[in-house]
Amino acid sequence: MSSTKFILGCFEDPDEMMDGITLLQQNSVPIYDVYTPMPIHGIEAKLGIKDSRLGYAAFMFGCLGGTVIFSLVYYFLVHDWPMNIGGKPAFAIPDFIPVTFEWTVLYTAFGTVATFFFATHLFPGRTPRVMDYRATNDRFVIAIDAKGNTPHADITNLLKEAGAVEVKHNERKYVSYEI
Amino acid sequence: MSSHSESIIREPLITGNNITYAQITDDILRPVEKLPGRAWWMGFSLASTGATLWLFAVSYTFWYGIGSWGLNKTIGWAWDITGFVWWVGIGHAGTLISAILLLFRQKWRNSINRSAEAMTIFAVICAASYIVAHMGRPWMAVYSLPLPNQYGSLWVNFNSPLIWDVFAISTYFSVSLVFWYTGLLPDIATIRDRATGLRRKIYSVMSFGWTGSVKTWQRFETVSLILAGISTPLVLSVHSIVSMDFATSLEPGWHTTIFPPYFVAGAIFSGFAMVQTLLLIARKVLGLENYITMFHIEAMNKIIILTGSIVMVAYTTEFFIAYYSQVEYEQYAFLNRYFGPYWWASWSMFCCNCVIPQVLWIKKVRRNIAATWFLSIIINIGMWFERFVIIVTSLHRDFLPSSWAMFYPTWVDVSVFIGSIGVFFTCFLLFVRVLPSIAIAEVKLILKGSSEQDKKRILASGHVDKDQAEFYIESLEKFDSIEMAEYQKA
Repeated sequence: MSSTKFILGCFEDPDEMMDGITLLQQNSVPIYDVYTPMPIHGIEAKLGIKDSRLGYAAFMFGCLGGTVIFSLVYYFLVHDWPMNIGGKPAFAIPDFIPVTFEWTVLYTAFGTVATFFFATHLFPGRTPRVMDYRATNDRFVIAIDAKGNTPHADITNLLKEAGAVEVKHNERKYVSYEI
Repeated sequence: MSSHSESIIREPLITGNNITYAQITDDILRPVEKLPGRAWWMGFSLASTGATLWLFAVSYTFWYGIGSWGLNKTIGWAWDITGFVWWVGIGHAGTLISAILLLFRQKWRNSINRSAEAMTIFAVICAASYIVAHMGRPWMAVYSLPLPNQYGSLWVNFNSPLIWDVFAISTYFSVSLVFWYTGLLPDIATIRDRATGLRRKIYSVMSFGWTGSVKTWQRFETVSLILAGISTPLVLSVHSIVSMDFATSLEPGWHTTIFPPYFVAGAIFSGFAMVQTLLLIARKVLGLENYITMFHIEAMNKIIILTGSIVMVAYTTEFFIAYYSQVEYEQYAFLNRYFGPYWWASWSMFCCNCVIPQVLWIKKVRRNIAATWFLSIIINIGMWFERFVIIVTSLHRDFLPSSWAMFYPTWVDVSVFIGSIGVFFTCFLLFVRVLPSIAIAEVKLILKGSSEQDKKRILASGHVDKDQAEFYIESLEKFDSIEMAEYQKA
């Protein structure tokens, strides 16, 4: 039994990598993940990844921020300590708009980014799970789980055929754990 | 898709031959991975001397109070708020480049957004330091926050534009910081994966464990778009609110409805000038001519001439409306502004912001690096004078002639201002040493479609309209980073 855990197809060119994905899919080889140094447009559709729902989160956080500050200002200036400023009403909605807007933006930004970090498991100090060090530099890497995907030579040939400059048979999933 | 080539008639955004993805990483990370050169050390010594001066002058202010400034009972705001508005304005270009140009899908923003955003953050730090310093007793800053206290609780007054400003500036700073740092994650991961030892450990913590998998990138792009979408109205609101600090008062010269758009245009105007000041030097010193090209410089100059002209229209409108309003005080404020004792400040402002930048209509000037840099300094000076003129000339002759006064800065005023420039440059110089000054991933994104070598390939393939090819080659002449001889023989 081979000790290979992951097969990595390293491409120099994003379009060749896309061809590689097509070829693997045509041959029913499941793809574990793809690591690239830059966003690849159109890859999500190809790999069947659903649209991000972060937009909904952003909207919710925005609503929350606006509501929080508006309620607070209402409590401060209307309920708790109404001030008589030239006999004008204490509930001066137009004056509350700037801060309401600012906190809507503030909550949206922080909420969306926090959701993004949470959903993608990003946080300061997280051990990077790197399969190939050049995937953040100049290699477009398709990772295939070796288990159950045999024969490995066929997968290697498919990747080479699509234009992979290098095909790696890694015995460990993450090379970053070695140091 | 990344392979989609642009129309041939568009100028290239990345010049040079044999630019590969690896080459981009190497070029951009050179200042981060190599020891700094003499130019950097010279700049850093100068800047940190300035920062030290700032530290001393601000400490002096805190120790002896704002009596050490040149303020008097008529002119209660002068260099402090001038400096504050100047710095906030400078910050605006960064957000405009990173957010508004992203929404408009302007690809040329990709190579200048990172350093412009860094500039935003450092400029807002300088601005915020003025706000704290001008309180005299900085620990009182806590009373600008709506926190429960022993007086009742006595809350802050949300009807006041100064409180709106507290919210606007703090939101602006924190949202810009989050936007900037999120964008940095992939590039920090690039540094991490090339580094060894302790460096790798540090960048590893900073990279949040970024790997560049498909889902991460997909969400990353969604987040960028959302942040750009909310930063756009945010940046417009910030300077509008800053202008309301003045516009909602009853002071002739301040009490004008034109202020919000006028301030926003001025902010973008001065911000782009500062971007030019920084990037023209950075591209040379860091050897980034292939990424920050003449196209970028000219595009920024076009924004400068547009916003500068808006500012000119605003100055003239203000002057006209003062006359047209038939309000005596308003008329006096504006006549006094241009023909009173501060005539030299007002005319410096008008010349630096309106008259001199008009030379940017000339193509040759727009494409000349030395001229652009010189103009950017002129605009920085002019925009400082604009804030000084608005603040001091409006205040110095109030409704009561017996209290009319002039403003004379003390050495502390001058030191805080010069020092804040030092703080700004110190931060910027440290930034280019430890973080990539160009968004690496975003530049890689446009390599295949918008680079000179890609266009060359299309030209060589021969399937191009002849007129279009000629048009394209002509447009290359302005680039200082392109060897034209190659094209002549073709």
